[in-house]
Amino acid sequence: MKKFRAAILAASAVYALLANAGPAAALAHGDPARGKVVYERCLACHAFAYDRTGPRHCGLFGRHAGSVQGFAYSDAMRHSNLVWGTRTLDRFLKNPLKTVPGTAMGYAGIADRQERADLIAYLKQVNDSAECRGQ
Amino acid sequence: MFSFIQKQDTTHMPITANLDDETRRSFLGHSGLLLSGAAVALLAGRDALAKGGQSGASDVRILNTALGAELEAVAAYQLGAESGLLQKPVLDLALTFQGHHKEHADVLAKTIVKLGGQPVASKEKYTFPVDTLKSQADVLRFAAMLEKGAVSAYLGAVPVFGNRELAKAAASILGDEAMHWAILRNALGEIPVPSAFMS
Repeated sequence: MKKFRAAILAASAVYALLANAGPAAALAHGDPARGKVVYERCLACHAFAYDRTGPRHCGLFGRHAGSVQGFAYSDAMRHSNLVWGTRTLDRFLKNPLKTVPGTAMGYAGIADRQERADLIAYLKQVNDSAECRGQ
Repeated sequence: MFSFIQKQDTTHMPITANLDDETRRSFLGHSGLLLSGAAVALLAGRDALAKGGQSGASDVRILNTALGAELEAVAAYQLGAESGLLQKPVLDLALTFQGHHKEHADVLAKTIVKLGGQPVASKEKYTFPVDTLKSQADVLRFAAMLEKGAVSAYLGAVPVFGNRELAKAAASILGDEAMHWAILRNALGEIPVPSAFMS
């Protein structure tokens, strides 16, 4: 019985890993030009170079969520243990409130995976550009 | 870029700038009526909440994020108004839109309090890309960008409110800000409503 229970637990763990990895493996190739248009949806709250209602996007990749100095994050974001990268951004942008329950980003998300990929490609492009490298 | 604005060529002035006084008064009056509708809807949401609606902490967070953006919009229009770059009647239009954002912020803050939350305060200082604002067209384009972003933000917020009355009220504000965006585009000589859907 113990072996059976252990097997179930192991199977559950593997399933959880696969479920987590599944969407990541299926990430679409993003087009930054299209992503720039998608980014217009973010402009009520975000900018690349400075904090607004939302935190700045320069320096995003590799940054621990909730770590921009001086920005008033929600407790949920500060304790999310996320590190922003292509995969975590894809998850968050798909459904922010599900990925980080309690986030201040009260936004339904971007359901279309291609749009998310395009947006992430644009975020990456600007982060790699002089606009952000000079920050 | 935007040479027609920089040269003050009135043949290319925005349609709003060519409105006669009566039409403009009519436009502004109707805008006020629409905003009153938004306030009424949100206040109705407050009443529903007072009667034990389903809204919770999540709704307060969403409202507070919206409030933060509205307060920034008020500051942005103030920057535009004080820039010396806006000429009448565009200046009047900007101040009218700023008034709408003030109304949004006021009602959002009151609703947050009603829900037991603490409304965010206006920042002492906002960062704006002032180096890029050299002409009336630059200011209008900046305002249009903020308004379009606001429409998208409210569009993303409407489905996640727990309380449907708040969602309805947010949609009402969304409509107002979409009109701002269209008018600003028109003022820039762009197609006011470039597509059938917003995202």
